[in-house]
Amino acid sequence: MALQNGDEPKIRVQNLDFFYDGRQALRSNNLEIARNRITALIGPSGCGKSTHIRTYNRMFDLYPGHRATGEVLLDGVNILDSRAIDGISLRSRVGMVFQKPTPFPMSIRENVAFGPKLLGVRGSELEDRVVAAIKAAALWDEVHDRLDASGLSLSGGQQQRLCIARALAVEPEVLLMDEPASALDPIATTRIEELIHDMAGRYTVVIVTHNMQQAARVSDYTAFFYMGEIIEHGPTNQIFTSPAEKRTEDYITGRFG
Amino acid sequence: MKRKQLPDRAFRLATGFSAATIPAVVAAVGVMLAAGATTALLRWGPSFLWRSQWDAAHGEFGAWTALCGTLISAFLALALAIPLALGVAVFLTELAPRWLAGPASLAVELMAAVPSIIYGMWGLFVLAPVLSEHVEPFLQHTLGWLPFFQGAPTGIGMFTAGLVLALMVVPYIAAIARDLFTMVPPQVKEAAVGLGATRWEVVRAVVLPHTRIGLVGAVILGLGRALGETMAVTFVIGNSHRLSPSLFAASGTIASTLANEFTEATDELHLSALMALGLVLFAMTFAILALGRLLVGRTSAQGGA
Repeated sequence: MALQNGDEPKIRVQNLDFFYDGRQALRSNNLEIARNRITALIGPSGCGKSTHIRTYNRMFDLYPGHRATGEVLLDGVNILDSRAIDGISLRSRVGMVFQKPTPFPMSIRENVAFGPKLLGVRGSELEDRVVAAIKAAALWDEVHDRLDASGLSLSGGQQQRLCIARALAVEPEVLLMDEPASALDPIATTRIEELIHDMAGRYTVVIVTHNMQQAARVSDYTAFFYMGEIIEHGPTNQIFTSPAEKRTEDYITGRFG
Repeated sequence: MKRKQLPDRAFRLATGFSAATIPAVVAAVGVMLAAGATTALLRWGPSFLWRSQWDAAHGEFGAWTALCGTLISAFLALALAIPLALGVAVFLTELAPRWLAGPASLAVELMAAVPSIIYGMWGLFVLAPVLSEHVEPFLQHTLGWLPFFQGAPTGIGMFTAGLVLALMVVPYIAAIARDLFTMVPPQVKEAAVGLGATRWEVVRAVVLPHTRIGLVGAVILGLGRALGETMAVTFVIGNSHRLSPSLFAASGTIASTLANEFTEATDELHLSALMALGLVLFAMTFAILALGRLLVGRTSAQGGA
């Protein structure tokens, strides 16, 4: 199933295989991620969702023995090819938010300024970016009067929004979210979901979740992963109302996983 | 009930006894040193600390030169060892390929296991000639206008001692730093990498701040070793009781003085002065460890931020 309503692909994955020290974790993944839309990756634990998005910013480069083959085309450029694009500049275009909040041991302001500073942004432009990112992450009302407090002094949900702000401050084209709300309480989760929903139209967001209600609530497109393969992908309402594959239906109706 | 209480009580007694031996031994060492030092301390009182004469023939003793030598050699060693050890640890944890990281880690640990007398012999027979023929003349040529690099480049003196001590301290600091670095949560490192940070930027912004407290502890442990190291220093420091601003000049530390003179100390005053010197080292090590504890406590009180 391709993209609909004239949506264009921002990322096109072709025949992606992934290996952890020779153990194959992804098998021939093919997927299109629509520009400025929210795409959810769902599936049972260990099915390869996280492994899949960690190829989009080549995070696996950090670990010897992790290897990806095939193509991940970002605006037509194969980002798996380190000669085509280096990891540093790739990651300033493709940001990431992790399962657990990961504030750095520094102030709220410094946390958000971290990425732009690496890109050489300074002075009033830096300050503007920091404020804009904190506002975009719906955190401004809670922290505007204590930007110099430690990022670690915030609550879990606030820390996660701080991490989102930190990722947005780099002004990435794509934002990867690896189960961003799974370590949070229901109220904090709702805020994060609203935030993700609001990002549609401005950012290309890929969110990994094993909470199917969450996928249904926030995403435009959904891909179902099972044992390293993409079983089915398409518009979210179609995946959840009339899946083409038996396995997808079994999973979303809670018969396994 | 009774049957179960007995082993528990025996266990508490046994562990309590073990725990009690430590302060008991420390106290016994302190008392023994103080008792042995009585003659010297009664004679000079606290001025023993800052008297700089050390003349066995005329019965004049003071701790100042040995005290300064100990501190200078230890801090010189730390100044050289800290960047080197951190570099080793960063390389082992962040940069080295897997086939190299394992053997290199082992080599660092082996460095800590080499007996100090071997370092001393190596320092005297290998390092000292190299230093006196190449390194010290070079330093004198380029930085000779500084008082630290004047005098004959003999290869025996404070500079060599500091260098040998640095090599002995590196494995301690490097091994602890390596363990600390591997404990940094990978998610936080990934977060920095995910923002486009280079490996150096990850180390500077995440790894070092995260491990700061532990690193202070590692440095203090290294300092403890540098202060008390005896044999290696005795081999290469030249064993003089003069205080010179030049690092090339022969000097002495408390430990090297003790090692050199205990066998030749025949009169009671000399022996007592050596005991007093030992007491100074004992108290100094204690004070530095306490200061380190205080520093660590203060950094952790700031919430690791």
